[in-house]
Amino acid sequence: MPGASFEAGKSVDFTTIYVPADRLVETARALRDTPSLRFNVIIEVTAVDYLPRAPRFEVVYHLLSVPNRQRIRLKVRAAEGDLIPTIQEIWPGAGWPEREVYDMFGIIFANHPDLRRILTPDDWEGHPARKDYPVQIRKAVQTYEPLEVSEEEFTANLERDRVRRQVK
Amino acid sequence: MAHEHTHDHTHDHAHEHGLDPDLPLLTTTVEKLVNWARKSAIWPAQFGLACCAIEMMAMAASRYDIARFGAEVFRGSPRQSDLMIVAGRLSRKMAPAMRRVYDQMPEPKWVISMGACASVGGVFDNYAIVQGVDQVVPVDVYVPGCPPRPESLIYGIVQLQQKIARSRI
Amino acid sequence: MAEMRTETMTVNMGPQHPSTHGVLRLILELDGETIKSARPTIGYLHTGIEKTAEQKKWQQVIPLVERMDYLGAQSNSLAYVLSVEKLLGLEMPERVQDIRVLLAELQRLASHLVWLGTHAMEIGAVSMLFYALRERELLMNINELVAGFRFFPSYFRVGGLRDDLPRGFHEAVTAFLDRFPAKLDEYEGLLTKNDMFRRRTEGVGVITQEDAFAWGLVGPVSRAAGSDYDVRKYFPYLTYANYDFEVSTAKEGDVFARYRTRIREMRESWKICSQAITRISPTGAWACDDTRVVPPPKDKVYTEMEALIQHFLIYSQGFTVPAGESYVPIEGPRGEHGVYIVSDGTNRPWRVKMRPPSFMAIQALPKIIEGGMIADVIAVIGSTDVVMGDCDR
Repeated sequence: MPGASFEAGKSVDFTTIYVPADRLVETARALRDTPSLRFNVIIEVTAVDYLPRAPRFEVVYHLLSVPNRQRIRLKVRAAEGDLIPTIQEIWPGAGWPEREVYDMFGIIFANHPDLRRILTPDDWEGHPARKDYPVQIRKAVQTYEPLEVSEEEFTANLERDRVRRQVK
Repeated sequence: MAHEHTHDHTHDHAHEHGLDPDLPLLTTTVEKLVNWARKSAIWPAQFGLACCAIEMMAMAASRYDIARFGAEVFRGSPRQSDLMIVAGRLSRKMAPAMRRVYDQMPEPKWVISMGACASVGGVFDNYAIVQGVDQVVPVDVYVPGCPPRPESLIYGIVQLQQKIARSRI
Repeated sequence: MAEMRTETMTVNMGPQHPSTHGVLRLILELDGETIKSARPTIGYLHTGIEKTAEQKKWQQVIPLVERMDYLGAQSNSLAYVLSVEKLLGLEMPERVQDIRVLLAELQRLASHLVWLGTHAMEIGAVSMLFYALRERELLMNINELVAGFRFFPSYFRVGGLRDDLPRGFHEAVTAFLDRFPAKLDEYEGLLTKNDMFRRRTEGVGVITQEDAFAWGLVGPVSRAAGSDYDVRKYFPYLTYANYDFEVSTAKEGDVFARYRTRIREMRESWKICSQAITRISPTGAWACDDTRVVPPPKDKVYTEMEALIQHFLIYSQGFTVPAGESYVPIEGPRGEHGVYIVSDGTNRPWRVKMRPPSFMAIQALPKIIEGGMIADVIAVIGSTDVVMGDCDR
């Protein structure tokens, strides 16, 4: 790719390269579309928290090329609050793994259409896979679900139904 | 009338329940009958959470065949069941849903906590898992194991049947 | 005449629903019987296993990862063990590798039998469950023979196996293998030519090969859509290269194709098992000879000081793994399993991450079911063979 510099990473299994966050999408597109590479499967997206180190996070992408029988690992370094571009437009299957990384590590993916918590409840506090998050927590179990409809919405729904009945 | 009034305390007890003091044996007979009916036809809710649910299936299937103990009618709806076998680890996210399923079951109802995770959290002493479902619902019988063998669960159900037989209505 | 007013209806399925394979929740928007949109919600079985594993020593993680995908328990531990061994640079004796192949294939059979029973039961063939679980019990017996545990044997250890094979192992496996093909014919007799089963499954829930790959579905789902990608053939691990078997594929990509793919996969697994059992000698090496990882034999522990120290160190502090990272994929019952581990050079993992095939399958579920009928949702969920423990971890 023109004008891009990649840093090779050490690995015992397959090729690992570090990609700057702003070049990620075009790198991914090139990896998928170049005929000699053709990484057509997204295996997973995950992250690792190397806490005392700065920048503390590394986002890890595992890709697989079925036609060429190859694997590659992409890595993006990220500090707290950095924006990582989503690669959903290239592999739609990256959507949920990116949500999981957001949920577990609090890494934010820019332009992600649906960046919500996925494994923990919506009102959870903190990001469990971070190294400064405790493994055990002691707190009371919530046994009710917060109402998903607010008071105003409830009244509005009621009003809407009333109007509809009058139309008939 | 052939009956004799013997004024002992059992009659007073029968009076409290508004029953005919002449027939002191009737309450215990009805109780026994009802308990017998309840314990011999337990309908468990199909409430599988994790690994233990597979052993629960094995218990219902060919080799172990829980039908021998009259508890094979697994119901998909909590409204039709009177036993909830909590089979597996309960996450904090699932706890409200489980409580709701329990609340939807009609009385009388019983709960078996199957496996180490449901009973005390098991190997998962962490942020995500409720350390014992007895924080959410009242539990009648705890079955240990990770997961318990189907025989253990059958033993748990037999224990529950004995508990039902002893209960007052 | 007034125009008929129509509106869509939202139906909530789960998280407690008899046919969602555990605690999956689907929010379906329906137009009559047709699904306009589907929104899966997961996380109801989130167990925090990956976080808990960071607290444990390397060997202690094995029971935890086995409880992730609880139907393919030994696939998980195999992926984990291979990943750690790669970082340690250990080479296993051939006998250990053959035993691992055999047990992994038996695990695949056990997992597929549960899939077959529940999938057929959910679309109406209730008695299939009892047939399938009947044969699964024999596999549970083999697990119990090997490790004293029906479900999660934890028999694969870093550095080899937990112990040598028990007496009676060959007889038990051979008895099962002799019995199994006829039983498989019996299942096929009940389902493959069953008109009702075919009407529920043919042409339902189609996904193309390109879509399957783009959504990360590598495994039986993509093989049913025409791909021949199988980790055992593309990236051979253990001694799979020495075995004679074929990759089972189909073209149509529908529920019935996935059913046929898995049934044939069971026949191929049977072939591998039959070859493996003849290669494995009843006694022999059951671990590598690396003293960092494998404890010395018991008789030496009682007689030699160095062996005693070594034994004590392995069981109290555990062993250290060189700093680095590795990802080893294996072909699990649901597709590509793999464990990504990061070590910082201490006796506990820095990070353990499972690659979950069910997670990807549920993500792609809206893609497969949207536009279909509501009754087909059950068939499609069953055919993707999702395990919520694998999905939520």
